[in-house]
Amino acid sequence: MPSLAGLFFWMNEKLENIKKLKVSNSLKLDCGKTIKNFPLAYETYGKLNSNKDNAILVFHALTGDQFVAGTNPITNKNGWWVTAVGPGKAIDTNKYFVICANVIGGCMGSLGPRNINPETNQPYGLDFPVITIKDMVRAQESLLDHLGIKKLLCATGGSMGGMQLLQFCSTFPDKTFSAIPIACSTSHSAQNIALNELARQSIMADPVWDNGKYFLKNVQPKNGLAVARMVGHISYLSEKGMQEKFGRKLQEKADYEFSFNADFQVESYLRHQGYAFVERFDANSILYITRAMDYFDLSKQFKGGLTEAFKGQRTKFLVISFSSDWLYTTKNNKDIVIALNAAGANVSYSEIVTDKGHDSFLLDELNFLKTLKGFIDSMHEKFKNEK
Amino acid sequence: MKNEFKVIANLLSENTRVLDVGCGDGSLMSLLEKEKGIEVRGLEIDQTNVQKCIHKGLSVIQGNAETELHQFPDRSFDYVILSQTLQAFYDPSKVMNELLRIGKSVIVSIPNFGFWKVRLKLLLFGKMPVTKTLPNTWYNTPNLHMCTIKDLFIFCDEKSIKIKKVIGVNEDKTSYIKKSNLEIKNLFSKVGIFLIG
Repeated sequence: MPSLAGLFFWMNEKLENIKKLKVSNSLKLDCGKTIKNFPLAYETYGKLNSNKDNAILVFHALTGDQFVAGTNPITNKNGWWVTAVGPGKAIDTNKYFVICANVIGGCMGSLGPRNINPETNQPYGLDFPVITIKDMVRAQESLLDHLGIKKLLCATGGSMGGMQLLQFCSTFPDKTFSAIPIACSTSHSAQNIALNELARQSIMADPVWDNGKYFLKNVQPKNGLAVARMVGHISYLSEKGMQEKFGRKLQEKADYEFSFNADFQVESYLRHQGYAFVERFDANSILYITRAMDYFDLSKQFKGGLTEAFKGQRTKFLVISFSSDWLYTTKNNKDIVIALNAAGANVSYSEIVTDKGHDSFLLDELNFLKTLKGFIDSMHEKFKNEK
Repeated sequence: MKNEFKVIANLLSENTRVLDVGCGDGSLMSLLEKEKGIEVRGLEIDQTNVQKCIHKGLSVIQGNAETELHQFPDRSFDYVILSQTLQAFYDPSKVMNELLRIGKSVIVSIPNFGFWKVRLKLLLFGKMPVTKTLPNTWYNTPNLHMCTIKDLFIFCDEKSIKIKKVIGVNEDKTSYIKKSNLEIKNLFSKVGIFLIG
């Protein structure tokens, strides 16, 4: 295995060859600072048809990226949503044109804390402006103009992707015919913020982090970042799901070792997930993106509350939650439905019964995928007729 | 297509907003959208039925009408429909109040426990009747509060709910029910459809 520094060097070289839009419009961020001429990395799958009625925009979650389907060219692993997106899948790329962009603040080619700050000629690190979900969404909107799409057939996203989607629908009410927010929320609860703070504190507690200046030594605070990822992984599984998957099973041993090695399978799993993650993700990006999630509060943006955020919506919504998701609960998702109803919007809602927790939207969850497909296909028929 | 659905469809005027509570697989919703161009929303408890509605392109919210009608604002629909489900709630009276709050008008249909075959079976055999409209036995029936067309008349009177129209359905035959012909219609209607509110 190459050293971490070498790995990042190699990754950066590969990052030069991915699709990027240079956004020339200046973007005034919620924090007051302005960014301009910034890169927005994206990927597309399938073909845009001549009527331009088959475009679907996907928003990715906290640790996702633009590589939704097929093989991720940077990590050589499966795209993060191969269960749902691809030829013959629920979001069928033989039929639909799927677009996904890396969020700003991320580390897969879009402007983020690892980019060079033109003022110092050094990577930004903590000089990178604090961004919000709204900033992410506004940055991505320019991609639709670039691709020549006036109105999307559908926009979707799970978790933080769902938050971006709700923001997108509220900020650009006429840009998509339909929308599928999945396992998300209109604002972070105290528990959500607490878990994100745990992730941030574990990164900051790693001495290698060095106030975000680790890039000067070409290293990564991998211990802190790995712990941050472990926190995430615990929150993505349900108690029952975790118990069924690991129970008290031991990791390739007959009895306790009476040590602090990974005796239990669940420990081994967390360590594996944690340390695999540091090879593909930047620690400072986690700080910035989790902050954006914590600051997200759609009702705060609109003085009249959530209903105001969705007033006059013509987009057709399908909200989906998972029964065992304790990170973004059925209640969180139902609140979105209630607000949409109160605003008189067209909304469907389904709760998928599963033990697999928040992660369900990334898994081969049959009822979820069937619902997704049924909605998108029927919306496509309606959208064609409307056009 | 159930005759009951045709009767309900005829009660509705075009360009209205309708909520179908307990919409099942969306048969009535599809009928209303296709034939009347009416914008219908559904509420349905069963995940498989919700999926079927979504596949048909219908707007449906998965949820329990007993506890989740509060999510709809006051008078947000012209009509709220509840087809043959009132008797299955723990608290039908509370649900009825919710329906009347949400809809400017409410259409409620009930399987009529006063139908002559039902009465006769109980009288002759001394057992809870099992019929085509009421196919369950006493211990596994979802119908907790069976009532007759007459009962619902009395209920509306006691609660000062305005009855606009009542239609009795027996297979293909339909007829208007008024207080003057209530006794006889209560005997010969399998289903009663009430337009109230």
